[in-house]
Amino acid sequence: MSVEILARLQFAFTIGIHYIYPPLSIGLGLLLVIMEGMYLKTHNPLYHQMTRFWVKIFALTFAVGVATGIVMEFEFGTNWATYSRYVGDVFGSALAAEGIFAFFLESGFLAILVFGWDRVTPKVHFFSTLMVALGSTLSAVWIVVANSWQQTPAGFHIVGTGVNARAEITDFWAMVFNPSSVDRLEHVVVAAWMAGAFLVTSVSAYYLLKGRHLEFAKASMKVGLSVALCASCVQLFLGHRSADGVAHNQPAKLAAYEGHFESDKPMDLYLLGMVDEAHGRTLGFSLPGMGSWLLYGDTTRPVPGLNQVPIADRPPAARVFQTYHLMIAIGMGLIGLSLLAGFLCLRGSLWKNQLVLKLLVVAVIGPQLANQAGWFSAEMGRQPWVVYGLLRTSDALSKAVKANQIIGSLLMFGFVYSLLLALFLFLLDQRIKEGPLPEDLPGAHGGTHGVAAVLAEKGLDV
Amino acid sequence: MSLSLNAIWFVIVGVLLTGYAILDGFDLGVGVLHLFAKKDHDRRVLLNAIGPVWDGNEVWLVVGGGALFAAFPHVYATVFSGFYTAFMLLLCSLIFRAVAIEFRSKRESVRWRNGWDISFSIASYLIALLMGIALGNIVIGIPLGADKEYQGGFFNLLNPYALITGVVTVALFMMHGAIFLALKTDGELRSEVTRWVKSAIIFFGVMFGLLTMATFVFAPHMADKMREIPWLFLIPTLALLSIANIPREITHGRYGLAFVSSCCSIAGLLALFALGLFPNLVPSAPGPEFSLTIYNAASSQTSLRIMATIALLGMPFVAAYTVAIYWVFRGKVDTGHFHY
Repeated sequence: MSVEILARLQFAFTIGIHYIYPPLSIGLGLLLVIMEGMYLKTHNPLYHQMTRFWVKIFALTFAVGVATGIVMEFEFGTNWATYSRYVGDVFGSALAAEGIFAFFLESGFLAILVFGWDRVTPKVHFFSTLMVALGSTLSAVWIVVANSWQQTPAGFHIVGTGVNARAEITDFWAMVFNPSSVDRLEHVVVAAWMAGAFLVTSVSAYYLLKGRHLEFAKASMKVGLSVALCASCVQLFLGHRSADGVAHNQPAKLAAYEGHFESDKPMDLYLLGMVDEAHGRTLGFSLPGMGSWLLYGDTTRPVPGLNQVPIADRPPAARVFQTYHLMIAIGMGLIGLSLLAGFLCLRGSLWKNQLVLKLLVVAVIGPQLANQAGWFSAEMGRQPWVVYGLLRTSDALSKAVKANQIIGSLLMFGFVYSLLLALFLFLLDQRIKEGPLPEDLPGAHGGTHGVAAVLAEKGLDV
Repeated sequence: MSLSLNAIWFVIVGVLLTGYAILDGFDLGVGVLHLFAKKDHDRRVLLNAIGPVWDGNEVWLVVGGGALFAAFPHVYATVFSGFYTAFMLLLCSLIFRAVAIEFRSKRESVRWRNGWDISFSIASYLIALLMGIALGNIVIGIPLGADKEYQGGFFNLLNPYALITGVVTVALFMMHGAIFLALKTDGELRSEVTRWVKSAIIFFGVMFGLLTMATFVFAPHMADKMREIPWLFLIPTLALLSIANIPREITHGRYGLAFVSSCCSIAGLLALFALGLFPNLVPSAPGPEFSLTIYNAASSQTSLRIMATIALLGMPFVAAYTVAIYWVFRGKVDTGHFHY
């Protein structure tokens, strides 16, 4: 296999596995702020127990996220040296901001969030939770800004020619607010909230099905479901906005998303289908002209198609089409499920509804799959460019690195990351089975057993 | 203006990597020493001593790497792709260390715990060794081409001088980690730790002497600037004084001051390294005309200026809350509450 394929495989594999964890951290970060905030406001000990339980899960995802994330930062230099030389000047400020404003913040305050319960006051602890959540969200901000610059470069000029050409920043704010960064950032952060919220609802539903920790599970479910419901519905609009942006900024990518070839025709909206790249057509069930209607409110308006893009510049439409449609199908499913569960929860019948609870248990996979599928669509849809329209992926590699070196590292990462994933799932499972701890109710280990006793009297689960 | 911004970024990258060496240095030292503790309880105390902070300490490496990418993209690209295999080993070790710390105490099984203990220790050892080897190669220079690309292979990196710097780094971190542990432990374990401190100081002293001689043989150019500007001799003098002060403080039982001295020693040695290097970042040997310097490897002035603004705005906050967080976790390891 060529160096290019190997390097892309390695990047896709490592970023794909890594990206299981940051959305969980960002999402759980928001939920922790809500849970701990509720505790400070209501002094209901259940919220305290809930926060302590989810902090442990958060710490686990964060640790694995950092362990897998450090690879990403090195990999630009090791495997994509030419790319690094090309973009370094522009990415520099985004990376500097990420390190200084996000990474230090989240990892520093994490120590207090996880280990500082007995060392600081509840308010200082809440502040730390807030800072960790803010830090993990800010890290998403800067990395999405950098990635969006690759999709829609702005605020730069090209210096040098041929192999020596590189982008230099001219306008920081134009780089930060490049045409796609805001759309994509909102889409990514809300997707991360969904990942966190559906994890909380999944675990809560599991306890409800097993008849364990019932009060805890019901309270967790309410918090998780509220966030899941809001985030899923907002995502419908943000996803649409994102697609709208792609139509303007990267028409070839949007054409690949929808398997649209003929530029003089309106775009159909496929529910299910297959792209035949060789013959330039798409087969499947579609709503005629609905793609055009979604973009322009007009079912007859033509949309630029793949046939106006030279073959050498086309993204791999067959794959992009499938991952894009998978993301949308899952997103719709999650909206439906959270609406249904929310409705049942309001009526008070969710706790007994085995089917919906089972669906909620499984639904934790949904945001994860949709996140992966969405990013694969966005990044494969950018091909064959690594910086859209400026630098081809095949020109971005490290000149000093040979194929056998990448094979070696790919095998190493394959082994290490699989081991990590297995360990993560094993420990997550262990934590969930262990459940919320009675000593995590406030007062339970501070000498006075008052609150725990009161709860036990009320028949609450401790 | 041109000189100052590039030089400022040389200093910023240096400060970040020095911060990393000082902070994660004791984590790595604890890791290398980990297997010398034989009892499970003692090993847990060691892990809990670094538990709340190692993650944050590693971020200094992440940010240092990011700053290198941002300010000197050519250095980042050349070194990371050139030292490919070494960096992959380093990454693998960093992952294993993190995983070992997190997972070691999650199960009771003796085999599980021993397995992770060994991983933790070997990984910490390799991280220190590989970083030292990288540093040694930068001191003597690596073969670069006119296209700024590395021309050698993996085994070029394993030359005698670099191996010595590798072992010195391990010894330095062992000493640093042992002193840190003396501050964090008490009772029987602490008397054992104080024995480690003494052995580690002797080990480091011997290796450091060897490195000094090797530097005169393999890299005499490191002292050129001091011959030109004599007051620069202040830096090695201060570094040597800090090193010499460590056994002195220990003899008086003042471990806090010994730790401060140890931090100063690391900073002093890296300052000495930076002084010898400046204005080069990666000297090329043979073919010094292809060396990467703070000028030919840097980002544009606009980019450096924007990033300097960001650093100036952010770093005071980082420094303030890092100190605050260390203050929250001051004192001995609380053996009543094990997290690891």
